[in-house]
Amino acid sequence: MQTAGGLSACLPITSDLDLVWVRQHVRQAAAQLGFGLVAQTKLVTAASELARNTLVHGGGGQMECAPVNRGGVRGLRLTFSDEGPGIADLDQALRDGYTSAEGLGMGLGGARRLVHEFDIDSSPGRGTTVTVASWVSAPPRPREER
Amino acid sequence: MTGLSPSPYGGQVPVLRIGDVLLVTLQGDLHDGTAEQLQQDVSEAAADSRVNGVVIDLSGVEIVDSFLGRVLADIAAKTRLLAAETVVAGMRPAVAITLVELGLTLPGLRTALSTEEALRLLGGASISPRYGRTRQESP
Ligand SMILES: Nc1ncnc2c1ncn2[C@@H]1O[C@H](COP(=O)(O)OP(=O)(O)O)[C@@H](O)[C@H]1O
Ligand SMILES: [Mg+2]
Repeated sequence: MQTAGGLSACLPITSDLDLVWVRQHVRQAAAQLGFGLVAQTKLVTAASELARNTLVHGGGGQMECAPVNRGGVRGLRLTFSDEGPGIADLDQALRDGYTSAEGLGMGLGGARRLVHEFDIDSSPGRGTTVTVASWVSAPPRPREER
Repeated sequence: MTGLSPSPYGGQVPVLRIGDVLLVTLQGDLHDGTAEQLQQDVSEAAADSRVNGVVIDLSGVEIVDSFLGRVLADIAAKTRLLAAETVVAGMRPAVAITLVELGLTLPGLRTALSTEEALRLLGGASISPRYGRTRQESP
């Protein structure tokens, strides 16, 4: 499941405990890539929010973690996917404080603020995929190319 | 991952009593279930005994997400009903910076740089060498 470098991985998200593994993996991968402490903490926190959404709202799924390199700048891309109910109204879901369950409603909007790139693909009945990326230094030509 | 074996905190978080204050020390990466259990344990301990404050030592915690944030806020809300105050101590700078960006405000939580400062903030209780109770009467 993991390459020799330990950066790439596909981790299941089906329980509380899996959230712990996701956080630990992202922490270690970010540290290995050279992310500073604050940048690591932001990325791990975003991953924790998104993985919990995959578990709680999406009914379980997985996270893929992959190192990326754009114009010599290294980064980490995380993809959270599930085949749950999907999100009908993305704007509403991203709004701070909106929750359909008993959360604080800060996860999606908060995660978006904590990473350099954020993309969400969801349709009712088909599931949800959230892809985020952060870069070790300032993001190269942000929000272009995917 | 080079031999680093994660040790998720699946067990219980001890709730210590020092004088009139409950001291909870969080370490490492908490399971959601452990965090929820903690919330219950603190409420029960606070209701059982007359306490005037709860100190939550976060110095060993590497991230606070909205789940743990809600648990902390709920502990503060419950203890406030019992006329006690909650102080979060020793939050790492990286965690504090991240919380702000995440958008969490943690209503009802005071913060202190260290457990000692938190105990001073709550007034009265302080740690003596044997964790005994020290009364500080106002003159
Ligand atoms: N993977 C997902 N599948 C289905 N719905 C989701 C998913 N992620 C988020 N949502 C929806 O978006 C809302 C907001 O998410 P979030 O900001 O993380 O708040 P919370 O998780 O606290 O409810 C959720 O309440 C839910 O309705
Ligand atoms: Mg959430």
